[in-house]
Amino acid sequence: MQFPILSLIIFVPLIAGLAILAMPAERKREVRIIALTASLIDLALAVIVYVLFQPGVAGYQFVEKASWVPALGISYHLGVNGISTPLVLLAGLVLAGGVMVSWKVDDRPREFFGFMMFLGASVQGVFAALDLFVLFFFFELAVFPKYLMIAIWGSPKTRDYGSMKLTLYLFLGSVISLVGVLAMYFMGGKTFDMLALEQAGFPLAFQQAWFPIVFLGFAILGGIFPFHSWAPDGHVAAPTAISMLLAGVEMKVGTFAALRVAIMLLPEGAHSWAWAILALGTVNVVYGALIALIQTDFKYVIGFSSVSHMGLVLIGFATLSREGLLGAGLQMFSHGVMTALFFAVVGMVYDRAHTRNIAELGGLIKKMPLAALGFIVAGLVSMGMPGFSGFVAEYPIFMGAWKAVPLVAMIAILGVIVTAGYILLVLRKVFFGEVPAGLEKTVGDVSVMDKIVISVLAVIMIALGWFPMLMTTMVESGVKQILALVGGA
Amino acid sequence: MFLAVLPEIALIVLAALVLALDLFWRERESTNLGWVTAAGLMIAALLGALFARPGEQPVLIFGGMLSHDWTTFVFRILFLLGGALTALIATDRPSKHYGEFCALLVVSVLGMNLMAASSNLVMLYLAIETTSLPLYILAGFRVLDQKSVEAGIKYLLFGAMASAVMLYGFSLLWGFTGETGLEEIRSVAQAGAISPLALAGTITLVLVGVGFKISAVPFHFWAPDVYEGAPTPIAGYLSTASKAAGFAVLVRFLLVVAPTAAPFWSIALGVLSIASMVVGNFLALTQRNIKRLLAYSSIAQAGYILVGVAANNAMGISGTIYYLASYLVTNLAAFAIVWLVEREVGSDDLDAYAGLAKRNPGIALALLAALLSLGGVPPLSGFVGKLLVFGGAVQAGLAGQTWLIGLAFVGVLTSVVGLYYYLNVMKILYKPGKDEQAIRLDVSWKVALAVSVAGMFILGVVIAPWYSWSWIAAMRFF
Repeated sequence: MQFPILSLIIFVPLIAGLAILAMPAERKREVRIIALTASLIDLALAVIVYVLFQPGVAGYQFVEKASWVPALGISYHLGVNGISTPLVLLAGLVLAGGVMVSWKVDDRPREFFGFMMFLGASVQGVFAALDLFVLFFFFELAVFPKYLMIAIWGSPKTRDYGSMKLTLYLFLGSVISLVGVLAMYFMGGKTFDMLALEQAGFPLAFQQAWFPIVFLGFAILGGIFPFHSWAPDGHVAAPTAISMLLAGVEMKVGTFAALRVAIMLLPEGAHSWAWAILALGTVNVVYGALIALIQTDFKYVIGFSSVSHMGLVLIGFATLSREGLLGAGLQMFSHGVMTALFFAVVGMVYDRAHTRNIAELGGLIKKMPLAALGFIVAGLVSMGMPGFSGFVAEYPIFMGAWKAVPLVAMIAILGVIVTAGYILLVLRKVFFGEVPAGLEKTVGDVSVMDKIVISVLAVIMIALGWFPMLMTTMVESGVKQILALVGGA
Repeated sequence: MFLAVLPEIALIVLAALVLALDLFWRERESTNLGWVTAAGLMIAALLGALFARPGEQPVLIFGGMLSHDWTTFVFRILFLLGGALTALIATDRPSKHYGEFCALLVVSVLGMNLMAASSNLVMLYLAIETTSLPLYILAGFRVLDQKSVEAGIKYLLFGAMASAVMLYGFSLLWGFTGETGLEEIRSVAQAGAISPLALAGTITLVLVGVGFKISAVPFHFWAPDVYEGAPTPIAGYLSTASKAAGFAVLVRFLLVVAPTAAPFWSIALGVLSIASMVVGNFLALTQRNIKRLLAYSSIAQAGYILVGVAANNAMGISGTIYYLASYLVTNLAAFAIVWLVEREVGSDDLDAYAGLAKRNPGIALALLAALLSLGGVPPLSGFVGKLLVFGGAVQAGLAGQTWLIGLAFVGVLTSVVGLYYYLNVMKILYKPGKDEQAIRLDVSWKVALAVSVAGMFILGVVIAPWYSWSWIAAMRFF
């Protein structure tokens, strides 16, 4: 029995959350310190897993297995591969970043940080799960923290609507997949173990019938068109840290689960339905970008840009090829870091300017230079500029799409052009030009904590742009596992 | 033979003991009665576990009146636990007439135990009435409160009607077969003595009676009014233990008497289930009174549980039993908190819950857990219950009855609707309220709530122990 590091990654935030909720409400400082410590420990453990992961070794690593409910074929089975390891790191990064940017939250910090820790445990549990029951268990653990954090601490105008919409959409997706997973459970010999189900050899008709159900259920959380509208509404209504976690990590939980459960366990179904995913993903990319272009609300721009970028992940999946999957794997990480940084900067701007209306903002680079710089870096990643992680991720996706259906690549590339349009537009309006008179006095620079978050996230994206090998070899090893199941080279 | 009914004998002694103690204790000592009742019920459960453990094969005792098997055993534990928690919740503060209250409660538990065990139509009917009569009185127990009296009368009228229809079904069965024992009726029916149409007709009549007990649509009309008017702990008890007793009868009757008519009753239950899930969940959306909301939610929950019975396989039936246990602890926790807020704030309106998280964060979290469990969200028991009943339906669906997969989809889709109103209540807990004073809690109430909440988490995370019992109980029929 080796050191249970994945369990620690899941349970450190969970236990921290419980400890925080058990504290008296007025110990606000201690609450913050516990949350920060726990999230930093979590991040450190995730880094250790990332560093110790051996891309050359086949199969899952850091595997833990213990019996849970043998009578139902449920086991506590954890492990990571080349696809999930970067996501574990991503979740650790964004959780720690989220705690740091919400350091000043003063409205019931105990509940705020407690619920946030639960959210962190939930996403880590999904990424590390090798058992479908464990996966659902952690997947749905996020229901109430997501809802309450938006409903209580969200922006007053839209929080009731945004929180309910987001939670119900996601619950809807998860319960639809749950029915599909139950079907797999009975067809696959009454086990929830994904490694066993990979070998179950489901009949073709079964796979074709159930793949769309399982995939769509999870992909709703990934923001697939036409079930994407929860994402901008929910992300905009959420407080900064939760926007970061939702757009940065939770959406990846959706696409990751769609890949892990639907594509890897029902590969024949994936081949039959790839055209549909490809089509919907393309709509995501172009439609999301176009809608982002016409937004007047700073945060909505970023919200729709997530819809657009997640479309690229879906396209990458749908190619079912080495390039496409590699790009999708990288894009999940790259977009997670990028969008977390975007939302962090948007939150910092809003906290100081008290408006998110693009027309009322301007010249903020003078007031908060580092935040502006962070936004520029994230913007360049978003546009897919060489030298940044976005390029490393999007290039293989387009290559894969070109090989599969050139038309898709041609249409989707339009999305990138539009992306450049809305990013540059926002950048010019918000950060350059004159500072509006109303904001001249009120807006100051960001705090030290904020600066750390911005710098770390930005440096990661640049490092990945210059040294893609830091992640590509790892993701490739994961892609090999997928290809072994779905076929193709 | 007497050992097998030792817990029931203990209940009769307990009922008498409680009445006797009530004569000696003054009013301010009346809270002790709650403890005595709860302890007595737990002792009965212990006696059951020690001396009335069934063997592998079901045994008919008392001339075929009762079946001594795991189904009896498992349901008995549920009823005793439900009764004990209700007693602790209800008698947390001194009041008059708690002796009668507790004695009636104990008698109703006795009736439920017999309902789950009955293996003969006559015994079954007597058991149902033994359960119902005390419940009619308990629902109208606050005689000075018009709403409570109305609840009692309403419950009595509906109950008597449903029971009469069911009795008609029983008498037809007896007329067709000349037997009253469930096993004997099955043998005669399998020999072809009853035409399928007649069997379907009698089953329908019995479903009316059981449908009333489990508050399935369209026999649900009493539930919101009775829950609203009845003393809150009794409303909780009606929605959990009484519902479980109804399901015990349903499962045993259908699977023992009419396995041959399964295609008919499976579809009939499917229709009831869909109606309950849809009507319950959608009507709950508009409720502003928490007890009415929980009443509609309980109708919807009956729909989910019916999915497991309609699946008619071991997974579905064990899921039904698992779900009932989960629902018992969950809903009793919810009603315990409703009872507390009702007395603290003096209102059952949803707005009365604003600020509860500030007044007592622990209780707000407990209600949060109960609502999430009702919604079917892990790590709480409701998730496992739903997983099992829908799993049963999917299994049956893959085995050929494809419509059951559709039923599972209706189940999960309506549970999304359900989550909407549960979430709404959760949000209110964390809204600013008028009163910010901490709430004083009584020991017995706290114990009951702690046990219920612990039960939700144990059934939601540990799973295996109760599941294996549910499975054995279900396997008795397959």
